[in-house]
Amino acid sequence: MTESAPAGPPAPPFRLSMLIYDRQYRSLTIQVVVFILLMLLVSWIVHNTVLNLARLGKDINFSFLFNRAGYDIPQQLIPYDSDDTHLRAAMVGLLNTLYVSLLGCIAATVLGVVAGVLRLSNNWLIARIMTVYVEIFRNIPLLLWILIIYAAFTEITPGPREYRGENAREMFLGLFAPTNRYTAIPSVIAEHSPGVLAIGRIEIPWLAIMGIVFFIAAIVLRRWVNARAQRIQNSTGRRPTTWWINLALFAVPPIAIWLIFGLHLEVPELAGFNFKGGINVDNSLVALWLALSLYTGAFIAEIVRAGILAISKGQTEAAYALGLSPGWTMNLVILPQALRVIIPPLISQYLNLIKNSSLAVAVGYMDLRGTLGGTTVNQTGREMEGILLMMAIYLSISLSVSAVMNIYNNRVKLKER
Amino acid sequence: MSTQTLSPAYVRSDMLPAAAPPHRQEGAISWLRDNLFSGWFNSLLTLLGLAIIWSLVSHFWPWFAHSVWNANSLAECRQIIAEKWGDGANGACFAVIRVRWHQYIFGFYPRAEYWRPILTMGLLFVAIAPVLFSVNASIRRWVLAGAGLLCMVLLAVTASPDWSVVLVWLLFAAALLLAEYAPGRLLIVTVFYPVLAVWLLWGGSPWYPFMLLMGFAVGYGVSALVPRGMSAATGIVVTVLWWVFRAAPVAGLVTQILPLSLPAIQSSVFGGFLLSVVIGVSAIALSLPLGILLALARQSNMFIIYSLAVVFIEFIRGVPLITLLFVALVLLKYFLPPGTNFDLILRVIIMVTLFAAAYMAEVIRGGLAALPRGQYEAADSLGLNYWQAQRLIILPQALKISIPGIVGTFIGVFKDTTLVGLINLYDPLKGISDVVRSEFAWKGIYWEPFIFTGTIFFVICFSMSRYSMYLERRLSREHR
Amino acid sequence: MKTTVFLGAAAATALMAGAGFAAEGDTLAQVKARGELLCGVNPGLVGFASPDANGNWSGFDVAVCKAVAAAVLGDASKVKYIPLTGQTRFTGLASGEVDVLPRNSTWTFSRDTDLKLDFIGVNYYDGQGFLVPKSLGVSSAKELDGATICIQTGTTTELNLADYFKANNMAYQPVNIDSNAEGEQQYLAGACDAYTTDASGLAATRAAFANPADHVILPEIISKEPLGPAVRHGDNNWADIVRWTLYALIAAEEYGVTSANLEELSKSSQNPEVQRLLGSTDNLGQMMGLDADWAKRAIMASGNYGEIFAATIGEQTPIGLARGLNAQWTQGGLMYAMPFR
Repeated sequence: MTESAPAGPPAPPFRLSMLIYDRQYRSLTIQVVVFILLMLLVSWIVHNTVLNLARLGKDINFSFLFNRAGYDIPQQLIPYDSDDTHLRAAMVGLLNTLYVSLLGCIAATVLGVVAGVLRLSNNWLIARIMTVYVEIFRNIPLLLWILIIYAAFTEITPGPREYRGENAREMFLGLFAPTNRYTAIPSVIAEHSPGVLAIGRIEIPWLAIMGIVFFIAAIVLRRWVNARAQRIQNSTGRRPTTWWINLALFAVPPIAIWLIFGLHLEVPELAGFNFKGGINVDNSLVALWLALSLYTGAFIAEIVRAGILAISKGQTEAAYALGLSPGWTMNLVILPQALRVIIPPLISQYLNLIKNSSLAVAVGYMDLRGTLGGTTVNQTGREMEGILLMMAIYLSISLSVSAVMNIYNNRVKLKER
Repeated sequence: MSTQTLSPAYVRSDMLPAAAPPHRQEGAISWLRDNLFSGWFNSLLTLLGLAIIWSLVSHFWPWFAHSVWNANSLAECRQIIAEKWGDGANGACFAVIRVRWHQYIFGFYPRAEYWRPILTMGLLFVAIAPVLFSVNASIRRWVLAGAGLLCMVLLAVTASPDWSVVLVWLLFAAALLLAEYAPGRLLIVTVFYPVLAVWLLWGGSPWYPFMLLMGFAVGYGVSALVPRGMSAATGIVVTVLWWVFRAAPVAGLVTQILPLSLPAIQSSVFGGFLLSVVIGVSAIALSLPLGILLALARQSNMFIIYSLAVVFIEFIRGVPLITLLFVALVLLKYFLPPGTNFDLILRVIIMVTLFAAAYMAEVIRGGLAALPRGQYEAADSLGLNYWQAQRLIILPQALKISIPGIVGTFIGVFKDTTLVGLINLYDPLKGISDVVRSEFAWKGIYWEPFIFTGTIFFVICFSMSRYSMYLERRLSREHR
Repeated sequence: MKTTVFLGAAAATALMAGAGFAAEGDTLAQVKARGELLCGVNPGLVGFASPDANGNWSGFDVAVCKAVAAAVLGDASKVKYIPLTGQTRFTGLASGEVDVLPRNSTWTFSRDTDLKLDFIGVNYYDGQGFLVPKSLGVSSAKELDGATICIQTGTTTELNLADYFKANNMAYQPVNIDSNAEGEQQYLAGACDAYTTDASGLAATRAAFANPADHVILPEIISKEPLGPAVRHGDNNWADIVRWTLYALIAAEEYGVTSANLEELSKSSQNPEVQRLLGSTDNLGQMMGLDADWAKRAIMASGNYGEIFAATIGEQTPIGLARGLNAQWTQGGLMYAMPFR
């Protein structure tokens, strides 16, 4: 609050005027006044809210969350139907928000890095195209992009019926069928399925769990193998070849699973109005995902470009002098250094993307704002509870993401000596 | 005895003209080789790029080429296209823009009063010229002349009364003269611009907003009279007291003496880009001082002030703008005394301002953090108090560093004004488009309005970002 | 600290800037003090509410606003139209944003009770239908098993659709859309096999297509959609005013009172019901805080119910809706005004 008084001449006795004229006491005075004002404001707001609610005959009550929702949600990651509660609908919405945000962050990063690097390319045409991409997406509202991409998607792609009958359209590689309502993709099914792990009504196939476990194990083992190679190199000066071990780590388990359980692809087939079998990825998700990634990607491209330009030219020249090719120079010298400049603004772009995903309702993708903050509030009339709950959820998502990213940032940050 | 006689005959005495470079190193071919086809990877990229451009152009060109500009309904458009290009031809129907463009710009603002928003926009340029283009006189001249010309054109196409054209002509002539000979004086326009803009746009009497502005003057005057230490607090208290108790009666008094008045316009008629610009500019202008205060509070070593700033900033930055707009639409009413009902646009401006201020605060905090510690210590060693140090030493430098971020926030806020369409205001993107589509003649029109509004947004935001780059260059040059 | 000052100042300014403190819950007094009726309407629905190039509103729902304004304030033009989307309309009404909400909203139990609204009557009996392209070869909604269906979020249609398919043991794939414009675009591009909304809306949508003949409205009407103006719960007098204004319009058609013969009938009519309606005898208006001529003004605003219907959505307009259920009860419809007595 106040700085500790330095040991020196004894403090002068306290006088009332010191509350105003003495620096230390004044800061105390200001804080007390502010605190009182704040409390007054808060109590004023609470008082008004209570009065207003009483006048409208309403109360604050979250029990509506346990009533039947009654509406359907097109895209769901956990089982849900119209007989479920509003709470579950909100959960479905929350998962949808997280899902599109995650996909968006990944694609935006890839797009942004590629566009940022290509903007500095020697290729005149590509550099210009990337500049146009970045400027167009940065300077036009995201809502417009979401609407345009969604509408363009439906206009360009064929209807499912065009895959039927005489002169029918060919499915892409015989596996994928982009249509104007969803993209039908094949799903993986096992002949000897090891079953599912059921947690409540959520069912996770054991195969997926196995896949994830093996993947994590492979990463851990790979680190160990590389550390060992490094140790041997340090002591003998000779690095053992490790690439085949690494390859095996990642390739053997999937092949084994494939052979043991008899995995094969179930190709979607047109039945009735729509494709059955396989997975139908809704266009609203794809369009929203594309729009969010393209929009955020343009901002990330600028961040990446600025990061690269911030690395002094001497670094590039030194790398060239060592005989590194331009590609290796970028990968080994420039990007790792630029990363330190890039990461902090990148975090806020990720947060922006998550928050911007709340525009999903424009294309009817039912995210948190579409379910809890939209249909639920509208059907139950609980706008106060719904909106406050929604804000609290968004706030906790943002705070957790920024906490995690800040930990990462602190790890890669240049340790100042 | 000249040098020539000394030289052997086989030595050339004058330079040969430079020979042309070999064919392979010059002209279009060499440029192509260097810039487009150096190596297989680059060639591949070039071909890919060409393919993308080709596919885009071949898809959209026919649609543009077949566009119709003169029709009174979508059905008429379709008929014209079918007549001209044969059945099944696709074409844009930009006639909707031709018929309804004024709604995209002004919303439902009464047609007879279009000169008022146009003049307000023109004055905006006069007001910002001495601040944003303070150094380079020729750029300032161009900006002012351009704004004047734009006003004239707009007045002409909206068939505004002749005297308004004369008024704008005189105003801009005066502004240009002032800018040439006494650029400092233009700041007067800047100070009074908020009052002028509010008065021109909403009409009524100018004295109430004027008296609100005077609140600052009164507060400052009183704070100069009381002893140091209490002066800032007294100033704030007096300003607020003036706003609450004296501004309205004094305004009423002045109105009786000097009844200036324009026809009052309700803010429910605001729409289109007028609405976007009103919300955007007010939020931007208000959020800058608020953002500076928040940034300073976040740097403060007073615990309560610091935590308040952190909580506020993190809260606002942690939730989507659309939820804040919902609060403005629905919840703000619950938080105010029963029966309070004030303008939705004012509520939205407050929320967008708070939103922008939180982002602004973080941008400025970055600038403050980038200043070397020595600057703070130097200010202390000169014996400056906190506000003097901030005003004279810290903030000028910190703000300079943060300019790209500040302009970035501005652009973001302006783009975000399209979200007000989701809470029933007539934003240019969806609100006005839905209105246009609700007339039977234009029901079913989809792409053309989006292209029109998108283009205008692009022009405005792109020029803002160019301006920020210009400023960055200028400031970084000064820095060295 | 600055924040609090700012908020306080903003609130103070706001209070000064024109907050009227009328007696709590007395909407009539508030409207009279304001001199203006705040009317919540659809931001744009062909035929029902739509502003033209000059910002003048017209439409079937708008006529209710005009009639109420004429009855209460004596001037049909003293209406401030507040556009409300499907998602914000009820909160807008509950929070006092509007005085009356004639925004093609369906009268349902939970809205009437739980949402603290009062529906005061029905001005249009609608029902939910399906629009499909002819090429789909479907002639009944029962054949839509497995179809993809475009549907506007935040409406009762969403719930009806879920119920209908569940009841008939069929599956469907919803494509949620935010507004009618998106719905049309998606439907025309083939993103959904069928578009569902109120039949009146489907008719208007279909009429605006390039080739209306290529699309059919299926015969099934899967729900009852009584659309009516709503007011806030708890202000009975205000509800009475809006209710009887609507009845005045309907009764006027029943008794043959039109905007053309109104003046004449108010002097010469021998029908006691007409005399009471037009305030020639018995000052009915006084009983709800209005004057005797209230109904005359309401009918003058844009004609009686039949005139309004014919001018905005009737068979002579491009929308071309038949009266059907909305004919007078004497003509086999459901429009039935309570007696003016």
